[in-house]
Amino acid sequence: MSSVRERVRALLKTTGWLQTDIDTLADDADLYTAGLTSHATVTLMLSLEEAFDVEFPDSLLRRRTFSSVDTIVEALTSIGVDKAAV
Amino acid sequence: MSDAHRAYRDELLQHGLLISMGVDGLYGRSPVFEQIVGGIDHAFSRAAGADGAETMRFPPGIGKAQLEQSGYLKSSPQLVGTVHSFMGLDRDHRAMIETLEKGGDWTAGQKTTQVALTPATCYAVYPVMAARGPLAEAGGLVDVRGYCFRHEPSIDPARLQMFRQREHVRLGTEAQALDFRALWIERAQTIIGSFGLPFEVDVANDPFFGRTGKLLATSQREDALKFELLVPITSNEAPTACASFNYHRDLFGRTWGVRTAAGEVAHTACVGFGLERITLALLKHHGFVPAKWPAKVRDALGL
Repeated sequence: MSSVRERVRALLKTTGWLQTDIDTLADDADLYTAGLTSHATVTLMLSLEEAFDVEFPDSLLRRRTFSSVDTIVEALTSIGVDKAAV
Repeated sequence: MSDAHRAYRDELLQHGLLISMGVDGLYGRSPVFEQIVGGIDHAFSRAAGADGAETMRFPPGIGKAQLEQSGYLKSSPQLVGTVHSFMGLDRDHRAMIETLEKGGDWTAGQKTTQVALTPATCYAVYPVMAARGPLAEAGGLVDVRGYCFRHEPSIDPARLQMFRQREHVRLGTEAQALDFRALWIERAQTIIGSFGLPFEVDVANDPFFGRTGKLLATSQREDALKFELLVPITSNEAPTACASFNYHRDLFGRTWGVRTAAGEVAHTACVGFGLERITLALLKHHGFVPAKWPAKVRDALGL
């Protein structure tokens, strides 16, 4: 059992999307500055949807939704993902 | 809207400016049409004259491998055209002809070649520049012109499947890319203004595909990465993008491994003029006979 935050971090760690190790980044660190490209954002969005079995509504399909661990967790919880554990 | 598109297309065909080829969005051009295209191209060259761009001319295709690496298949698969060819033996050929004669799908045995149709003229430039190694201190500036293909058949004569872009592509630091784009947003307004055309410049997004495309499009708008110069052609409410001004951040620099002189990932930007669209705008606003256009407009086009 791990928190949404941990699972998001684990997802970001196992892929080559970032140029900086996610473990060295704070929850509010800018992922785009850390190397996340627009195409990688698309893959990240699809991976999150698959991992959490959700579909982001159009209103969340924006760059800032995926700009940090914090904003991703906030977006996931806003569409019903349980923040504490899944 | 589609009535206005059809009416304008039919007028262009009747005046012989466009030549029907039996497919929506695929037309021949008359000598008069080509003179106007040449005039726009000339005005672009004149405005850019002192910039010292390196001219490159490419065929209307890029390598399939380059298309794959570009990321275009991820963002805009619906627009892509790939070239296929027959690669079978005698018996496959006979079977194909038989199917063809029966009116069946003869394309089933076709295989993809190493060539894809160019989706945007600047796509040929990035891998070429990357292969040269790090950019000079002043960055890179490349002048390209050529045919593009986008699979979006339409009766709107301003939405062709095969059309030409004249582009300048800038590669360098973030500041160099942004300065270049700002310069061209100003310059393009002077050029289009000299053609006697009404226009507006607005932030825009590319027609990316699907839900993931929605994310790309909103991101592009939020960060004002793309601006368009719009001219009303068949509609005042929905004017047509006749030029675009794009800042790609380090997307292509990273995709292709383009480096600045300092060894950083290069930022890129491009300005593109839609040569047919501007021609169609001129014909709409000034009439089908360029000899009768205002002298100032003819001068600006060198006609």
